[in-house]
Amino acid sequence: MAFYRPAPYQKPVVVALLLAMVFLPNLLTAFGQEFYIGLVTRMLIFALAASSLNLVLGFGGMFSLGHAAFFGTGAYVAAICMSSGISDALFVLPLAMTVAGLFALLVGAISLRTRGVYFIMITLAFGQMAYYLFVSARAWGGDDGLPLVGRMTFGGMSLSSDTAFFYAALACLALSILFLGRLAGARFGRVIQAIRENETRMEALGYPVFRYRLSCFVLGGALAGLAGALLANLTGLASPHLLQWTQSGTLLVMVIIGGVGYLYGGLVGALVLLMLEEVLAGFTLHWHIGLGLLLLGIVLFAPKGVAALFGKQHG
Amino acid sequence: MTQLFLEQALNGLQFGLMLFLLAAGLTLVFGIMDCINLAHGSLYMVGAYLVAAAAQASGSFWIGLALGVGAAALLGLVLELTLFRQLYKRDHLSQVLATFALILIANEAVRMIWGAQPVMLNPPEALSGPVEIGGFFYPAYRLVIIAFGIAVAGLLYLLVAKSRVGMWVRAGASNREMTEALGINVQALFTVVFVFGAALCALAGGLLGPLLAVQVGMGESVLILAFVVIIIGGIGSIRGALVGSLIVGTVDTLGRALLPTLLRAILPADAAANLGPALASILIYLLMAGILFFKPQGLFPARA
Repeated sequence: MAFYRPAPYQKPVVVALLLAMVFLPNLLTAFGQEFYIGLVTRMLIFALAASSLNLVLGFGGMFSLGHAAFFGTGAYVAAICMSSGISDALFVLPLAMTVAGLFALLVGAISLRTRGVYFIMITLAFGQMAYYLFVSARAWGGDDGLPLVGRMTFGGMSLSSDTAFFYAALACLALSILFLGRLAGARFGRVIQAIRENETRMEALGYPVFRYRLSCFVLGGALAGLAGALLANLTGLASPHLLQWTQSGTLLVMVIIGGVGYLYGGLVGALVLLMLEEVLAGFTLHWHIGLGLLLLGIVLFAPKGVAALFGKQHG
Repeated sequence: MTQLFLEQALNGLQFGLMLFLLAAGLTLVFGIMDCINLAHGSLYMVGAYLVAAAAQASGSFWIGLALGVGAAALLGLVLELTLFRQLYKRDHLSQVLATFALILIANEAVRMIWGAQPVMLNPPEALSGPVEIGGFFYPAYRLVIIAFGIAVAGLLYLLVAKSRVGMWVRAGASNREMTEALGINVQALFTVVFVFGAALCALAGGLLGPLLAVQVGMGESVLILAFVVIIIGGIGSIRGALVGSLIVGTVDTLGRALLPTLLRAILPADAAANLGPALASILIYLLMAGILFFKPQGLFPARA
């Protein structure tokens, strides 16, 4: 792999897609399919979560299997804020990002001392630790999770309608993708990609490798926290199952389907996987088998992911 | 209090030995082939179901256990030959994705065949009662599990530490290329290890079946514990797996049983009731973090 540079047609396609999204609620309402607004919002939020994992995994080269812990932490921060009467998104979302980021700092500081298989397993174990912590925290609803009484407001504006919340999620996703795109091309992005390629060389050149990796890990955790806070507001529940390792696995599957280390990999993967779920679930109750077989097929026959079919990485 | 402590210590020992059966196969898969196998827990689940089905069909727990373990070994052989052989040369991402897919398939297949309800697996009639040891009563079946665990752990130790095949396995775990260069067929060796690991999984699943519910998803929670064991013990080390299993089994069991009581002694009842279970459930992860902080390679690293 080399430094990320999107294929020239990718950016206009994605901008056009996001712009088209602006009119989606009107379109769905016109056809009487308002139900799908919620589904599309869910896709946008998972696209954000998968993109945050892609920053850590694809650009930073850190194979984290505990990313859902930060996602779920964000959800709980949103729910706890709501139950203590704080509902302004301008306060809730930054707080969710901060708390998730601090948690990522703690996990990263210990996990990044290890390499390879160890790193995968230790992030997995820390993720499960967070899961069990929330399952046994009776003050926050334990296994049932913590329901939200309402949705956030945005500086006095209510986000309680599905359409308004859709726009909020869309804005968060668009801003995050823009940020990640700039980051990948900036000095920081170059350095973490270079560390992914050859850690020893970067160490020898005098770069503080550990600090760069940790910053990347924390940034990914904070963005996952943002996605989690949005999801809790969408579904009205912060459930400990958001932190379970299978959730990390799902995010990972999204990134891999979409393309590891491609800016739009998380976006594409989340859209493809959630749409696939929706379609397969319509056919059969046992759709997990179909999904499993499909994933096996992807591993064996299309190892670089879907996004790789549409763009390439240049040196 | 001492009685409770003794009883829980025995439970911890029993749990630790069962964890060892799972971790032993897993640590070798990781160690020799550098392959992440998330589906190890699924082998445990499928093994438990196979044992339960065979026990129901034959009417005897022991025949069921033998048949179920044999069937799981066969399943392991098929999986190794068809899928895992493809995965060894691939990167960790592909391995995680493929074995995650296997978990989805295994869970759903079990749900289709045996239904979503837990399956009952009864311990043998003769062992269903308690026995008296040193002034308190302890379930006979749990004692048998402990005996089984010690026997298998001893056998495994002899196999790995004293036999020629075991020497190859240890050599493979510490440096695969060098072992291959010396003319050992690591590929065939690994098939043997994988099949053996699958059989141990089914053995643990079958033995624990009467104590825990045989149900979909039982593999995932135990898989994470096996990971913790391997991290603590050091990847590829059987000795590390044994020590790690006993540590995790004892600390987890004793923590859950005693920590709430201990906290009540030093904290107000309200805080203790909230904090006790939470702290007990994350105790082994804190332990793991602590051990890793000082020894990032685990207690007994196979690759020196």
